[in-house]
Amino acid sequence: MNEIYAWSAVLVITIAATAGDVLLAYSMKRVGDVGELWKAHGLLAVLGRVLSTPTFFLGVGAMAIAFYSLLFGLSWGNLSLVVPASASLTFIANAIAARFFLHERVCRRRWIAALLVAAGVALMAV
Amino acid sequence: MTFRKYLVLAGITVFSTVGDSLLARGMKELGGASLHNVSGFLLTVLNPWVAAGIVLLIAFFASYMSALSWADLTYVLPATSLGYVLVAIVARIGFHEQISPTRWLGIAFIAAGVGIVAAAPSVTPTPARLVQPQPASEEAKP
Repeated sequence: MNEIYAWSAVLVITIAATAGDVLLAYSMKRVGDVGELWKAHGLLAVLGRVLSTPTFFLGVGAMAIAFYSLLFGLSWGNLSLVVPASASLTFIANAIAARFFLHERVCRRRWIAALLVAAGVALMAV
Repeated sequence: MTFRKYLVLAGITVFSTVGDSLLARGMKELGGASLHNVSGFLLTVLNPWVAAGIVLLIAFFASYMSALSWADLTYVLPATSLGYVLVAIVARIGFHEQISPTRWLGIAFIAAGVGIVAAAPSVTPTPARLVQPQPASEEAKP
């Protein structure tokens, strides 16, 4: 029974974390280079710009769901399953989502990197 | 990519790794949290390990947001995944834990992935849909 809980947690974490990453990446691209903005207009301008981007809060909400699902998943004790499985799947889901929703150029090099890291994370749990 | 930007990527790696470790330790100390007691579950943040972990994860979040403002998601994620390797090295040197051959293989895979992506351009040339177009840096040219 706990195994079903653990895998449900993995699924929820992966979906929520991917949605969160994509929404946050989208928001920050709209905000623009934070370092240059800070240099030109100060920290308050950076915070103001970030906090006036609605998708930023959607992203934070999705991340909060992922975070609490992770806490639940960890409390069920399958640390060596929940963390690597969700991390590994999130790398792959993000590469696909970034390609379609953010129109990032996911070249072969990035695909290989994402798959290598995902495989490496999975191997480290064995 | 400037030195400061690589520093931000390193910050993401270290803050998330140490923050996660502190959280895991705190949750282990608290034991199994129950679905039937949501208020008790939300109060887990009062545990000092969990609280310290959350402070570090806030630092992680700030550096992560900064990186996403000037680099692609598919660049930032693999480039900051050295944390898994970091944990293994700390476990080996700091706690004298044995690392199995499969784990070494996993470490090699992750390191290779990080090396491959970090050497490539960090951002896709600005698409027209963006409200605040960024000047394409010279490394982003195809």
